[in-house]
Amino acid sequence: MESDWTREQPRTYSCKELGPWGLFNIKEDVTGHTQVKSSVQRAIRAKILEQYKEGIEGIIDDVMPKKAPLILMKCHEHINLIVMNNEVLFFNHFDGPYFPTLKLLHKYPNMLPRLQVDRGAIKFVMAGANIMCPGLTSKGARMDVSVPADAVVAITAEGKNEILAVGTTKMSTDDIKRINKNIGVETAHYLNDYLWKTVVDI
Amino acid sequence: MDSPDAPSSEHVKPREVPYCGFCSLPPEYCEFGPTLDKCKQWLSKNDKVLYAILYNTLDDQLAAASLNETPEDDKKKAKEAAKIEKQMQKKMQSKVLIKRIERTKRKCVTSVFGLENFDVDLKKAAKLFANKFACGSSVTKNNQGNDEIVVQGDVSDEIFDLILEHWPIVPEDNIDLIEDKKKGK
Repeated sequence: MESDWTREQPRTYSCKELGPWGLFNIKEDVTGHTQVKSSVQRAIRAKILEQYKEGIEGIIDDVMPKKAPLILMKCHEHINLIVMNNEVLFFNHFDGPYFPTLKLLHKYPNMLPRLQVDRGAIKFVMAGANIMCPGLTSKGARMDVSVPADAVVAITAEGKNEILAVGTTKMSTDDIKRINKNIGVETAHYLNDYLWKTVVDI
Repeated sequence: MDSPDAPSSEHVKPREVPYCGFCSLPPEYCEFGPTLDKCKQWLSKNDKVLYAILYNTLDDQLAAASLNETPEDDKKKAKEAAKIEKQMQKKMQSKVLIKRIERTKRKCVTSVFGLENFDVDLKKAAKLFANKFACGSSVTKNNQGNDEIVVQGDVSDEIFDLILEHWPIVPEDNIDLIEDKKKGK
């Protein structure tokens, strides 16, 4: 006999609401992994190169050696993980931009433009919140670079050295300063989320 | 990051970022994790220099910050910490059973049960045993419906050593060797 509450509820989270890693679980949510053809690997590499241009040119051979086998993990909700040597390097959603993972960013912090949030925001970012404009414009926050809308940025925090999160800007940095309201950066991946805790072992 | 942003000409070396051994975050973010006390212990043991840098200045800030924190926040944090603590304890208590089961007269198999509690991938483990002992080894369901690894041959002592060597998180005291003899000789 199965009462109502013991039956497994269908999972109704969506990518937008919880962030892609809301309830990510590597055992359940990865539908398959394949070692990709070299042509596909080249295509992915080209796309990443095009996306990050200066940031990655010097290091791409270290990050993604041409010859090493590249594994593409497909997950629910059209999320792809790019895995090399048992390390998740990049992820993307559908055919959107590739985000580097935080572990990779910690190794090469200059890959992305960096925005800094104030201390009060850290707690919320680490709980998966999107970053509101005031958190980027207040005292303690810094935006030294100018970035257009829909760009991938790394988020650091006041008084910290390491990168806290990765996300896409919802508006350009100029607009963030000017409007100073609503979501400035949509968080895609943050410290201690499910992707961070994921250990890939193939 | 204090390093100059100007990309150094050709080869950029990856930075080595230390991670907290307890909560896996970079140590400077431990204060935002649920297990600050444990992280502090770990760091003071493993990286005294960093500990001094981080927490001597931090304690003042924390004291200031905690004034702003509502008791509700504290409660939530304590709850989370307790939860993690509980999980750890459970992990530490769970046993790994290595059982020698007789099949026919002089043949037997060895079953290993309970490894999954220590986050060991059973399939991988089975493969490892098979490679190591050059014998058949597979993951099977026992009659309670739990997964266990069955290795052909009597290799219980070797498996005991191998587990200790390969998965150091498994405490030695938690591994039990059992012999399951057919009754009547």
